[in-house]
Amino acid sequence: MSGAIEIPYNSTERPDTGLYNAKLGVWLFLASEVMLFGALFSTYVLLRTGSETWEHGAEFLNVPLATINTLVLIISSVTMVMSWASLKMGSLGKYKLYMGSTILCGAIFLVIKGFEYAHKFETGLFPSTSTFMALYFTMTGLHGLHVIGGMIVNSYLWGPGRKMWKTDPQRFTNRIEVAGLYWHFVDLVWIFLFPTLYLLPGK
Amino acid sequence: MSDTHHEDIQSHVKTYIMVFAALAVGTIVTVLASNLHLGIILGIIVALLIATVKSSLVAGFFMHLVAERKVIYWVLALTATFVVAMAALIMLSHEDQQGKQQGIFAVPAARVQVQHEEKSTNAHPE
Repeated sequence: MSGAIEIPYNSTERPDTGLYNAKLGVWLFLASEVMLFGALFSTYVLLRTGSETWEHGAEFLNVPLATINTLVLIISSVTMVMSWASLKMGSLGKYKLYMGSTILCGAIFLVIKGFEYAHKFETGLFPSTSTFMALYFTMTGLHGLHVIGGMIVNSYLWGPGRKMWKTDPQRFTNRIEVAGLYWHFVDLVWIFLFPTLYLLPGK
Repeated sequence: MSDTHHEDIQSHVKTYIMVFAALAVGTIVTVLASNLHLGIILGIIVALLIATVKSSLVAGFFMHLVAERKVIYWVLALTATFVVAMAALIMLSHEDQQGKQQGIFAVPAARVQVQHEEKSTNAHPE
């Protein structure tokens, strides 16, 4: 592309950091995400310790569905990392398969979550019902938005974005790696959300 | 792409499969443990311990933190410092929230009384 300014160190590593720029950028973004979810988890602890009683999530939340969702997200993390490994081994075909599976797992997660939300609303459980439900909807809702965001990026990389493989395979592989970092972080947040909301005993 | 590099990635793939198995087992164990009725404190400790192990596996292997550049570790150390400080500030406010009149956010009881009286005087001027 003549006239376009090339962003440096997208394919190769910057000598001082030892990283390509996008990787450092995504890690800094994830640092801000840690603060966001850290604030919400701290809020949970504060509201829980400040209440005389606290609900046991398992009594009215659907633990089997949430367990399946946990496994779905774990599978999606594996397929995500496998899509990167496939590109490292030079196979765009396998990449498409694994990345497609990752997007599918994200969709399954959201559909299951949608069923859970619908059931809560049907049984009269809303964010205004209790402090617990307010936290439940805020934390799982924000997490769900992160899943949607990841799916949009992954869908672009699975579809139109993959033409970069022909022009700059190294940069494309790096893109998949950093998209993976975000996706694994979303999985990691769920790993804590699941026991916190569904399994921890009440008081 | 050299054969050595190819083999290297294939050994990574084996690790990913093993990590997946560990995460699946961890998920089942945490659900089973929650049915043991271990009590509040032990129940919370066990659940969070399993979650910490699982998240370490994700961060370590899927996010490649087991072999990452130093600058990433520094970014994460800084993040950890700030998130702990923020959590500590939020937790400390619990002392005040409970009306215990203790802790760094506490308002002396006498002061609370005065404020209350001032408010009611303003509400009913006559």
